[in-house]
Amino acid sequence: MLDVQKVKQRIAELRKLPGIAPKSISEILEENGFTRRDFLKWSGALAVTLGLPASFAPVVAEAAEVSDRLPVVWLHLAECTGCSESLLRTDAPTIDDLIFNYINLQYHDTIMAAAGWQAEENYEDALEKFKGRYVLCVEGGVPTKDGGEYLTIGPHAETGLHKLKRTAKDAAAIIAVGTCSSFGGIQAAAPNPTGAKGIHKVLNKQVINVPGCPPSAKNIVGTIVYVILFGQLPAVDNFNRPKFAYGLRIHDLCERRGHFDAGEFVEEFGSEEAMNGFCLYKKGCKGPYTFNNCSRERFNQHTSWPVQAGHGCIGCSEPDFWDSMAPYEEPLANHKFSSVSADATADKVGITILTVAGVAIAAHAAISAIKNPKE
Amino acid sequence: MATKRVVIDPITRIEGHLRVEVVIDENNVIKDAYSSATLWRGIEVILKGRDPRDAGFMTQRICGVCTYSHYKAGITAVENALGIKPPLNALLTRTLLDFALFFHDHIVHFYQLHALDWVDILSALQADPKKASEEAFKYVPKGYNPIATGEDELREVQKRVANFAKKGDLGPFKNAYFGHKTMRFTPEQNLIALSHYLKTLEMQRIAAQMMAIFGGKNPHPQSLTVGGVTCIMDLQDPARLAEYLTKFKELADYTNRAYYADIVMAAAAYGNEPSVVQKNNLGNYLTYRTMQTSANGWLFDACGYIKDFDLGKFYEIDESKIEEDVTHSWYKDTGFRHPYNGETIPDYTGYVDGESVDGEGNLVKAKVANPKGKYSWIKSPRYDKEPMEVGPLACMVVNYAKGNEKVRKVVDEFLAQTGLPAEALFTTLGRTAARMLQTKTIADYGLEAFNNLVENLKVDQSTVAPYVIDKNKEYKGRFIGDVPRGMLSHWCRIKDGVIENWQAVVPSTWNAGPADGNGKKGAYEVNLIGMKLADPAKPLEVIRNIHSYDPCIACAVHVMDVKGKKLGEFKVDPLYGAC
Repeated sequence: MLDVQKVKQRIAELRKLPGIAPKSISEILEENGFTRRDFLKWSGALAVTLGLPASFAPVVAEAAEVSDRLPVVWLHLAECTGCSESLLRTDAPTIDDLIFNYINLQYHDTIMAAAGWQAEENYEDALEKFKGRYVLCVEGGVPTKDGGEYLTIGPHAETGLHKLKRTAKDAAAIIAVGTCSSFGGIQAAAPNPTGAKGIHKVLNKQVINVPGCPPSAKNIVGTIVYVILFGQLPAVDNFNRPKFAYGLRIHDLCERRGHFDAGEFVEEFGSEEAMNGFCLYKKGCKGPYTFNNCSRERFNQHTSWPVQAGHGCIGCSEPDFWDSMAPYEEPLANHKFSSVSADATADKVGITILTVAGVAIAAHAAISAIKNPKE
Repeated sequence: MATKRVVIDPITRIEGHLRVEVVIDENNVIKDAYSSATLWRGIEVILKGRDPRDAGFMTQRICGVCTYSHYKAGITAVENALGIKPPLNALLTRTLLDFALFFHDHIVHFYQLHALDWVDILSALQADPKKASEEAFKYVPKGYNPIATGEDELREVQKRVANFAKKGDLGPFKNAYFGHKTMRFTPEQNLIALSHYLKTLEMQRIAAQMMAIFGGKNPHPQSLTVGGVTCIMDLQDPARLAEYLTKFKELADYTNRAYYADIVMAAAAYGNEPSVVQKNNLGNYLTYRTMQTSANGWLFDACGYIKDFDLGKFYEIDESKIEEDVTHSWYKDTGFRHPYNGETIPDYTGYVDGESVDGEGNLVKAKVANPKGKYSWIKSPRYDKEPMEVGPLACMVVNYAKGNEKVRKVVDEFLAQTGLPAEALFTTLGRTAARMLQTKTIADYGLEAFNNLVENLKVDQSTVAPYVIDKNKEYKGRFIGDVPRGMLSHWCRIKDGVIENWQAVVPSTWNAGPADGNGKKGAYEVNLIGMKLADPAKPLEVIRNIHSYDPCIACAVHVMDVKGKKLGEFKVDPLYGAC
């Protein structure tokens, strides 16, 4: 299935390309107090995250070393910049962060020095110089209604829709970073006044979706490394999400799972049950329907995650979650699908599946409640 | 008189999509300016008909930079409408999240977003690290030593950048304004600031962790609920409280040893750069209390404004005088409206064909704003029909005028150390300095809220107030308060148990909005007038000035209540019966 030789060959090709980073990654790591051994350890961990056999660890390391050969163009559409902010938060003084910085970041309007005409020049230069070689990362949904006039960029007032299509044309790979570029996001929630969509809906190329509001930096970096390794996109699920990150439900590895199984639920925020860390299902937790690795990776260097902070998951890495998971503080099984949101949700099948699962889980919750009457 | 237009789009190193155009005369002096937001997302219209408990989660997605502001505002507006009084523990916990947000937002703004307007990275390569290391001691506040400016550290920074520059492709630093005439730092000063640019990448992670302790994550924390906070387990855990305290102290320390010092250094170096010390043209500043530190106390307690730069007279706010106008915004004209009664019908007319000075200094074809017509997705909020500047500068000067002792002490010490008159606050430099002074006020006095929380937890365990939403009742309520970019307000109506209407009047709307129907311009536009550009092809002066407000344009483009499908065929909503 996975051909190490092929991967090595690809890395060898990448090595021939000119890089921009001042030093090899080993040197950078060394300066920051990391040894070669630390780096290999990290590579091994990443290989596991990516679902590769352990024998791939050295190859992952090699791939990271040539990652600066991979020019990245980061395009902002209809968004809130939360995904870029999420990337800023990667561990310090970190390997992940260094990898990110080590990538040949050609255009990213939140951090780049140039503005206006100078920024435009950088953009056009990158598209020309790295034609067919750059990775396009997109943050934000794309407004499509009325020709996409709800977003224009640059002195010629080019629509975001046009700019996206033009940039995607010669991209080697396209990564949708966050729920907005993956599925449309908040602005696509009913009644979707700007006709915002996930970018795959307007492009005729494969797009890999790294959803989350925002997604973790690990999932983004992992996806990029995969592209370097294989020159193609990683194995994905039905919604084009990389399986290595979105293969399990939040519920599967949740620290409160024991309470769910024991039928111990929080009925009210601020209650004794809440103080005891009982399951948040009845307060609307969407962990059972949400595929992501939050319960394993947590956020901000493992500081916490919503369930630890006592709030249920709102399902932010699922398509149309703003409509299909609402109200966020009530169990899905209570959802009557009669609201404005459900009418506008196209994916009726998805809702049916969610409902079936919801009924089963709700039944468990109800039965457990009977079995464990509260004092 | 021959004038030329200079279009700057995109304004980078901000949140969102913003264009600024300036009109210059033959001496390159700015005669007029237009600020235009180029994206509209429509979050408020999406809120209609939804469960009021969901509003905070959706308003939060207005912005991922001030990621907590709209969450708290959305939740608080609903609480205000329903008449809920959250327990003190919840209110103080929310303040702790605010501290984390302000620390994070302000240091990232200065170092990652704004610094490249002040700091010439390539010049830092010429610096003498030993000299720079010694110089760093000149700018710190009394009793502090500088940070990350040891000679050894500075040599390392220099080495890293030298290697980077040698390659010839500067990546995100490509095409920067290196060597621009208005860059005033010496090589040594550039090196000090550059070292802090790198150090801040590390510090901002700590600020984000600080928020995640009681917020669950950052960006987009998730521990607020209508009625209180959900992080009861973390609040009961002494280790968690200690973790917060440690991180707070680290950030407070960094604020004094780096952020404060670098602003003092900027004041020294840029004190005679005209574009940076040009006095603002708009003299009205508006703020609203923020950061509750006890049952009745607020760190910044002023709710009001000053007029005509007058620090001697403080005026109380009258909420009914807040209005928005759309004469030059892409909505059909409705006249001035209070947010509770706002009506908005989209009317996108786009830009018109024109010319702009380009990056080479040539006049080329471009799409330009039509100042006689509509030219932005941002509305024009006014107070009593007057434009107001909001933001950290407004917060500091209005609290100063009101006699807030903590603010007075921090501001007076800064003015004494820099030798600047109070007048100097009303400039680009002053606006950038005020953001730091606000951070320093938190650093020096914020722990009061933490200590009060710890005391209160000993006697009171409550974190959420109970409530019911009566479907037969109509409610209205609002949040008003200062967030990192200034005074924010959210206004909501609830009917039949769901959201009937939602309006947000955000800081960047106050500052970045276009002219109103009376021809009065907002802060961005009017304060640029009179500034002279060294080189219209590289309008760094404009970019620096606009960055000094810390623009957040996703926040500013929100408001619209629409029904219908096609542009130009929107119907007026029959909004708002008596309530």
